[in-house]
Amino acid sequence: MTLAISDIAKNYGRFPALKSVSLFAEDGEFLALLGPSGSGKTTLLRVIAGLEVPDSGTIQFRGENLLAKPVRERNIGFVFQHYALFRHMTAAQNIAFGLRAKPRSTRPPEAAIRSKVDELLSLVQLEGLGARYPAQLSGGQRQRVALARALAIEPRILLLDEPFGALDAKVRRGLRRWLRDLHERTGLTTIFVTHDQEEALELADRVALLKDGALEQMGTPEELYHSPESAFVFEFLGDCIKLPCIVEGGIAIVSGAGVPIVGARPPQNGPATAHIRPDAFNVTVGGGQGLSARVRNVLLAGPDARIECVLDSGDAIEVRIAHENADRIAPRDRVTLAPRAVRVWQSSSIA
Amino acid sequence: MTVAASASSAGWRLTAGSPLPGFWPALGFTLAYLSFFMLLPLAALALRPWESGLDHVWAVISSPRTVRALQLSFGAAFAAACVNAVFGTIVAWILVRYEFPGRRLIDAIVDLPFALPTAVAGISLAAIYAPNGAIGSLFAPHDIRIAFTPLGVMIALVFVGFPFVVRSIQPVLQDLDVDVEEAAATLGASRLQTIARVVLPAIFPALLAGFSLSFARAVGEYGSVIFIAGNIPNVSEIAPLLIVIRLEEFDYAGAAAVGLVMLVVSLILLFILNWLQAHVVRSASR
Repeated sequence: MTLAISDIAKNYGRFPALKSVSLFAEDGEFLALLGPSGSGKTTLLRVIAGLEVPDSGTIQFRGENLLAKPVRERNIGFVFQHYALFRHMTAAQNIAFGLRAKPRSTRPPEAAIRSKVDELLSLVQLEGLGARYPAQLSGGQRQRVALARALAIEPRILLLDEPFGALDAKVRRGLRRWLRDLHERTGLTTIFVTHDQEEALELADRVALLKDGALEQMGTPEELYHSPESAFVFEFLGDCIKLPCIVEGGIAIVSGAGVPIVGARPPQNGPATAHIRPDAFNVTVGGGQGLSARVRNVLLAGPDARIECVLDSGDAIEVRIAHENADRIAPRDRVTLAPRAVRVWQSSSIA
Repeated sequence: MTVAASASSAGWRLTAGSPLPGFWPALGFTLAYLSFFMLLPLAALALRPWESGLDHVWAVISSPRTVRALQLSFGAAFAAACVNAVFGTIVAWILVRYEFPGRRLIDAIVDLPFALPTAVAGISLAAIYAPNGAIGSLFAPHDIRIAFTPLGVMIALVFVGFPFVVRSIQPVLQDLDVDVEEAAATLGASRLQTIARVVLPAIFPALLAGFSLSFARAVGEYGSVIFIAGNIPNVSEIAPLLIVIRLEEFDYAGAAAVGLVMLVVSLILLFILNWLQAHVVRSASR
């Protein structure tokens, strides 16, 4: 493995930002650090870059101890959430900064720097904008200048801190695809931090999900989405409806109806919480086996039809079904919601 | 508004349709205010010297003693502003970037030269830097005299101009995100390179503004200087003191002539500094 992070811990005063996190990245891998705010993902990224000093643990890069080197000798590209461009320099000067900062003995000649800058400008699709100042560029363009600046030093690893955090949704999707392409072309080991699960699942080869400074689960997007190891993972990766149930002999009894449990470990018998995705319900008008509810609203704009219902317990839930099944459902109808399958984690609130 | 609307020039019409009117009353107030408190007294100063003839004016301002005093005033003010620019920047940096016990106290102390009567400062400085004073006695054996020399004048001017640089730079430094410095570090820049190529260019306009203020304040300073300067004609006599001396001799025209020279030179220097500052700001935010 190229990058091996073991037992990294970091405290800010009494607050533990990272509690013994270990993970690795293969050569050329595209890794996402995913988690809610305060989960320690940015701290971990900054530790790798050398912008934070961990209290304990080791980081090895191709067998070499990375923590022994100061930031500027690590040769790790870092793209900041708010770009951190040098405002008094043009885009081209920003990109050239890392090359011009090299000691005289290793600094490329000025002509080589120029051609490298031009090459990078075209790589990030900003040809002809090199003379602009950051203030004259849009958010997406600034982000790409920041990326080109980080790539200019030919880093061994590229780190991106919430790379699309400050951009609007449409620019974001475009840049996301573009970044994926760029990664395929450069083959650079890349780690990015995000709190957006969609982004992580779409972009990354593997995703590390962090919670409260600890690694919750690490795996491919498919593994995380289809085999979540904890309720937290399941809830973080998509919308989730929680219903009380009773586990009996490997199936969950939800509101009187038996529902199969999916997932690796069959839980112990007894009362538990069933976790269900909103699109895992069969909705039928009238009575039947399942949860009875009253329809409050039917929303037909979007890829799925969304049905807002109020359960008899008074809780409001929103389920998603295909448009063709939603035709016969109208507001104020009584419907029956039957989950096709549920996930149950024992004592999920503690884990 | 009607006045603006009837104005024919395109430039003036810009203010006519403003949904937030206020240009004309504000401009009127500004002009009246400036006239009363600045332009009228300055005009009086500009008119006064000529009463006793051009020859007398020339004789006063070209006398070696006046020339020396003016050189000292502007030279020492410039040197003091340079010293303040360097050390004021360091102090501002410490106050903004680091959290340490006593930071608030130091922050408050920075303003003291604003509040302290300048004469009090001058007397204390003179007492400390005199050959038998606490600091002066350290230098006396090496034959370095501070009080009653141009060096003493400069020290007094450093004292009065110090807060201007700190207070000009502080907000700009506060605004300068640490991640810009971190970015420079990840790109392989050393700490010195980061400061020279990232931090200093960013604070340079503010530094220049602080320098100008500190310089302007020092040129006109009187109270704190006269005690430490010793006021030896041709050596440590500053121009403002010379003006007072002329006044005491009832040579009002001569006093006004020296004052006028100071006014003109200051105006030119401040114009240059302002232009430089605007130029730097423009090229930085183009």
